[in-house]
Amino acid sequence: MTEAPLLSVRGLAKHYQTRGATLKILQDISFDIAKGEVVGLVGESGSGKTTIGRSVLRLIEPSAGAVVFDGDDLTTLSGGELRRRRPRMQYIFQDPYASLSPRMTIGEILTEGLKIQGIGSRAERLERARKALEQVELPPDAINRYAHEFSGGQRQRIGIARALTLAPDFIVADEPVSALDVSIQAQVVNLMRDLQQRLGLTMLFISHDLAVVEYICDRVIVLYLGRIMEIATSEDLYARPQHPYTQALMSAIPSPDPDLARKREILKGDIPSPANPPSGCVFRTRCPKALDACAAAVPQLREVAPGHVKACIRDDIGYPEP
Amino acid sequence: MTSEPILEISNLRTVFRLRGREIAAVNGIDLAIRPGETVALVGESGSGKSVTSLSVMRLLARRIGVIDDGSIRFRGKDGRTKDLVTLGEEEMRQIRGNDIGMVFQEPMTSLNPVYTVGDQISESLRVHRRLGRREGIEAAVGLLDKVGIPDARRRLGQYPHELSGGMRQRATIAMALACDPTLLIADEPTTALDVTIQAQILDLMQSLQRERGMGMLFVTHNLGVVAEIAHRVAVMYAGRIVETGPVSEVFRTPRHPYTMGLLKSMPRLGTASEMKRSGAKLPAIPGMVPSLADLPAGCAFAPRCAFARDACRQAMPALSPVNDHHGSRCIRWQEISA
Repeated sequence: MTEAPLLSVRGLAKHYQTRGATLKILQDISFDIAKGEVVGLVGESGSGKTTIGRSVLRLIEPSAGAVVFDGDDLTTLSGGELRRRRPRMQYIFQDPYASLSPRMTIGEILTEGLKIQGIGSRAERLERARKALEQVELPPDAINRYAHEFSGGQRQRIGIARALTLAPDFIVADEPVSALDVSIQAQVVNLMRDLQQRLGLTMLFISHDLAVVEYICDRVIVLYLGRIMEIATSEDLYARPQHPYTQALMSAIPSPDPDLARKREILKGDIPSPANPPSGCVFRTRCPKALDACAAAVPQLREVAPGHVKACIRDDIGYPEP
Repeated sequence: MTSEPILEISNLRTVFRLRGREIAAVNGIDLAIRPGETVALVGESGSGKSVTSLSVMRLLARRIGVIDDGSIRFRGKDGRTKDLVTLGEEEMRQIRGNDIGMVFQEPMTSLNPVYTVGDQISESLRVHRRLGRREGIEAAVGLLDKVGIPDARRRLGQYPHELSGGMRQRATIAMALACDPTLLIADEPTTALDVTIQAQILDLMQSLQRERGMGMLFVTHNLGVVAEIAHRVAVMYAGRIVETGPVSEVFRTPRHPYTMGLLKSMPRLGTASEMKRSGAKLPAIPGMVPSLADLPAGCAFAPRCAFARDACRQAMPALSPVNDHHGSRCIRWQEISA
């Protein structure tokens, strides 16, 4: 990748002050996304994946760090300057029920962003909405109907269409298929992959589901308690996970294949509180491979294979046989 | 497992009556569970899996959800078999939490926020076993230990919000097991949990069940969880069981197109790179689950089924025996082995 990345995140942090405690939700997050690349963010509840997604689009204000989008640091832009760049970056939400207004027609929902941005005449905006509906494989007459007339899968298609009407080049998709039934999930995953390839979209894809992420993403970032544990291409990460947390996460996923009788590594304990994260490596309190040294210093991300980094001091843990 | 079933559901039909209309959420299902056996009910939203479990517990919304037909024969701790469908509310109350334990999806909503964990776990012991408060609390310490909650005595005095999601679900399992039920009904008990915590809870439920020889009805939408925990599976679609049998057999050689479709549409870990290289797509099931208020004639899956032919649209296929313990509600099951 010689071209400058479309998105470059450096030292991103988000802290919340509560009575007597500072919640360290994100600490020292740095990564790049190249143009046309799909990067997955995976992790469990409280890992900070949604906070990253929202900070990157500055839907919430990060506490520290830079988010450089196509040359501009979004964290330093004024409201007006940010708004001018908004059409280029869009968000797809998890809950297809909560994210669509019940009082607006689908046409109004799809053209609202264009209207706010002052793009096109009313007729042109409706034309764009129709085209977006076509892209997500919904019938054109959907435009005059309301969200409650659609199923969960169709609503998620509407959410995707809304993001597309502004012809963005970057999309943050936050658990876009997690609320859907399995048979519908596969349809929407296929659709998103298809659109991404056809439109050359750059995407940050947030999910707790490692299998979905593998299918849709080129590269994957694994998070735990607000820190990056490992980054690798999908192909490399799933074949050769090198961080003990990634390994544990993969081994915890129940497989429907009855011939795959695996010996599972069951992690003990709960995710610690972000008010009081462990010293050194945040994962060490649950890590089956932890050493005394893991408590001493925060492990830095280091390259373990070309394009594959992990934040773990151990080199001798290998990876499970596929 | 040759022992007599502790739960035997026959031809259960549960309907919802709303605004003069009647919708069958469960439409004639048969299911048996033996002691020590885990049976998974699996299906997507609206398939009727939760309504089935609510019917067994008789926790349907009053006057709206009604058991319209069929029987639910349950053998209690006293060894007597009763039909739960005809029991009065008072008798049912003697059974719930005593003979039948229940674990639900959302531990935060099934625990009462204003009572301590200890009060809630000991409640069923006080009600069903007439234990005093102190004895109840002592028993609760033992139960919390059993479900792997460290520092049990201190936890007893805590309120649900002071526990993590995984700990709360452990506490609800302790509640469900307090009176040594012979049947445990678990409705999506790990769906709200993270995968590493889900693995802990599944492991716990499995070992407790083995140790106590309980029967377990496990409701879930997750086929991976089914493979992990259940001996037998019943796949539901639009209010009916479309395929049933031993998990390993059904998942290895599904004999209903819906089961096949579900298994195929699930992305599998470690397979995507190969699919991406070859340009393959996830094999999704086309279309969507039909509305229960407007079911097609014949097989409800026919409109989405690649194997459907005219006969499928004329009459609902019967559950055909693939063998003694494996059944498929498909007229073409012999041709469709995967």
